[in-house]
Amino acid sequence: MPITVAGKTIETDEEGYLSNRTDWNEEVAKEMAKVDNCDLSQNHWEVINFLREYYDEYQIAPAVRVLTKAIGKKLGPDKGNSKYLYELFPYGPAKQACKYAGLPKPTGCV
Amino acid sequence: MANFEVPVLGEYQVLPHVHPDTMAKSKPYVAKPDIQAGVGFPGELVPDWENVAVKKLGDLVSQSRALQVFLDSCVKCGACTDKCHYYLGTSDPKNMPVARQDLLRSVYRRYYTFAGKFFPKLVGARDMTKDVLDEWYSYFHQCSQCRRCSVFCPYGIDTAEISMAARDVMDAVGVGQKYSNEIIGKVHKIGNNLGLPEPALADTLAGLEEDVKDETGVDVKFPLDVKGAEVLVITPSADFFAEPHIDGLIGYAKVFHAAGTSWTLSSHASEAANFSMFIGSHENLHRAALRIREAALDLGVKRIIVGECGHAWRVAYSFWNTLIGPFDFLDQRYPIPQHICEFTYDLIQRGALTLDKSANDDKVVTFHDSCNVSRASRMGNMPGGQFKIPREVIKACVNKFYDMAPDTIHENTFCCGGGGGLLTDDLMELRVKGAQPRMQALKQVVDEYGVNHVAAICAICKSQFTKVLPYYKFPMDMIGSVHGLVSKAIRLGPKN
Repeated sequence: MPITVAGKTIETDEEGYLSNRTDWNEEVAKEMAKVDNCDLSQNHWEVINFLREYYDEYQIAPAVRVLTKAIGKKLGPDKGNSKYLYELFPYGPAKQACKYAGLPKPTGCV
Repeated sequence: MANFEVPVLGEYQVLPHVHPDTMAKSKPYVAKPDIQAGVGFPGELVPDWENVAVKKLGDLVSQSRALQVFLDSCVKCGACTDKCHYYLGTSDPKNMPVARQDLLRSVYRRYYTFAGKFFPKLVGARDMTKDVLDEWYSYFHQCSQCRRCSVFCPYGIDTAEISMAARDVMDAVGVGQKYSNEIIGKVHKIGNNLGLPEPALADTLAGLEEDVKDETGVDVKFPLDVKGAEVLVITPSADFFAEPHIDGLIGYAKVFHAAGTSWTLSSHASEAANFSMFIGSHENLHRAALRIREAALDLGVKRIIVGECGHAWRVAYSFWNTLIGPFDFLDQRYPIPQHICEFTYDLIQRGALTLDKSANDDKVVTFHDSCNVSRASRMGNMPGGQFKIPREVIKACVNKFYDMAPDTIHENTFCCGGGGGLLTDDLMELRVKGAQPRMQALKQVVDEYGVNHVAAICAICKSQFTKVLPYYKFPMDMIGSVHGLVSKAIRLGPKN
């Protein structure tokens, strides 16, 4: 299921996650969001950027608790909860946000 | 919200009329060669696969008397037909347990029974063809191996064993399921289903210490790789990552703190789950479980306690001893292994925990029995301990508890709909429909008693509920960990 961004074809897996993480850029994220009818706001970007920073350091997406805490610190305590994250990413913050951030899908009993 | 018809909950469970082939299109993603390689299976359909499959099936039957009896003894009495949650939720007759078994039984008969070899049509025997293989791939990934049907079968035929064998045969010819096999590969490589490396685990645990300190003012530790600890805790990695699982982990830590028992997690064996059971692969089962023995020996612990994970408890309770035993290096005065609910229950019995039930007064609680705990294991030293002990732990922590209907709990429990390696987004229709009987039973206690919280002791159940509850108009955060309730109720110090 490849996507096309600025004339370039980018490979994704069956579920729309990037096959190569290095293909990621902001335009790619926007294009993936468009497929889900999602317009990326500044708040979405806060989450996406945090996920990417965390992944660079730990080679894995952060636990939901780690993410909510970090977002709460950045955007205010009223936003540091999974309810807020689900409003931003209705398919589930861990999976949907990881996809737009170009990270692999979290696997396991999650 | 859904591109399929979500079952509507009525006043009681309806036995649906059959609708053939409604789920024939349901298939999980097939594992790519790199994933297959990680678990030791061929990357794609092998040459001469028909004969390879038949031979593999013969090997499995000759190695397992149980499997042979299950394949030989069905008399088509029909007792199982309305017992599977996937049949009740989808009305596809191939989801009746007997029909599911027959998908494999027909091939077994063709090649391994006298009548099937010479008069195949008379006994419903079928050649191993691509159509049969495709049908297996679809319908053996519509069985969560929950074993509810086996409770009602007069011969005790266990469809889970047949489904595991079918998946093992499919893996042997190069047709594996992406979801399960990718996960097993990550356990071999990194140590857990998530692929969570040690630095990330350490960071997550440090964060939890901060959170609990903020919440309670008490220094509750989440130790990792501590040599010489008394207890090694083996828990599903979802407990580190997902909501509401993590509340359970916090609960364990508080219980250990209150008991004054030294404990540790292991970064080498940072997973209780063992999906190899779901795919019937003994080699992978052994290899994944071995990490736990290695960690226990390396850390020099005296006891092993298993966290809230359904099939992991089956593997631990029923298989560990022969799989990775003997455990002669552990303290023989304690159960080997011990479930976290047993540990907490013992402390409660001895009056060693201070529990304030009113902390959970916002909740009216019911308990969802997880299949593998209910029908494939036990807790404590009494029959039915696996039903009683989690409930006693809950009741010590909450004032308002109501059970769901008797034919939907204990050994009759309905699967959450996501067990057995089916907890994947590509099977969402199956998961939602398969949850229907459980949701129906839940609706009854919601309507009658105002239940607003479901406690569970399985990571799969918790994730599955979070996902499917909204389809049935229940809030997604209605599901919680049993030790999440403990965590709320427990008082850690005089001033707390």
